Amino acid sequence: MQLSQIRDILKARVLCGEDHLDREVFSACGSDFMSDVLAFVKNQALLLTGLVNPQVVRTADMVEMKCIVFVRGKVPSQEIVDLARERDIVVMTCAKRMYEACGLLYSKGLRGNCDGDD
Amino acid sequence: METIKLVYPVEGGDLIEAGEASSKMKLTLKKLGLPQDVIRRASICMYEGEINMVIHADGGQAEVEIDPGQIRICMTDTGPGIPDVQQAMQEGFSTAGQTARELGFGAGMGLPNIKRYSDEMHIDTQLGKGTTVTVLIKIPQ
Repeated sequence: MQLSQIRDILKARVLCGEDHLDREVFSACGSDFMSDVLAFVKNQALLLTGLVNPQVVRTADMVEMKCIVFVRGKVPSQEIVDLARERDIVVMTCAKRMYEACGLLYSKGLRGNCDGDD
Repeated sequence: METIKLVYPVEGGDLIEAGEASSKMKLTLKKLGLPQDVIRRASICMYEGEINMVIHADGGQAEVEIDPGQIRICMTDTGPGIPDVQQAMQEGFSTAGQTARELGFGAGMGLPNIKRYSDEMHIDTQLGKGTTVTVLIKIPQ
């Protein structure tokens, strides 16, 4: 799924990486636990989280995630956005809550691709 | 390729800034052109170890040796040591405080994640003296 589709489905606002919305992600992970995210390793993945701090970006970087979506209307500080820009990670924010954001993307075909998924 | 040795000090106290050493190592591994999967596994092990050093031990040091066949990461601290390693290796067990939890850590996944992504893992710990976690990641030829 292209990042531009994710922006449209979630009615998200792009905070950095506006020029890279043609990039694709093939799986997604929603969590506020960074170690859960580190246990999730997929190529070209998206992270949805309600947690806002620099470790979110560092964690996403370690597992080479392409995009972070902050849910529940959370807006990261400029410092956090800059950290993501340096690491070539697209950042968005959306007003939807975690469950709804994940559900919308899942229903449009973006799966977790974890063990146990169909 | 000759063996490359890198040393990264890990500063304690500031969990918000933790992860710099892992980011630097990751960049170096990328520059060396190692496979993506190897870089990712090494980065996760180092990052979890770095976070542990900051949460539990007021920092420490990570030594990274890169050979043609493997990456060896040795993370040493002079913290309180781990009283029960078997318990610490269980997913969900954590002694981390509130600050770590607020930042998304302390879910009891740190050491289990290091084990999950490494080919070999050794923990040498002494109460009151410190802990050394050594991790090997093989590079497929």
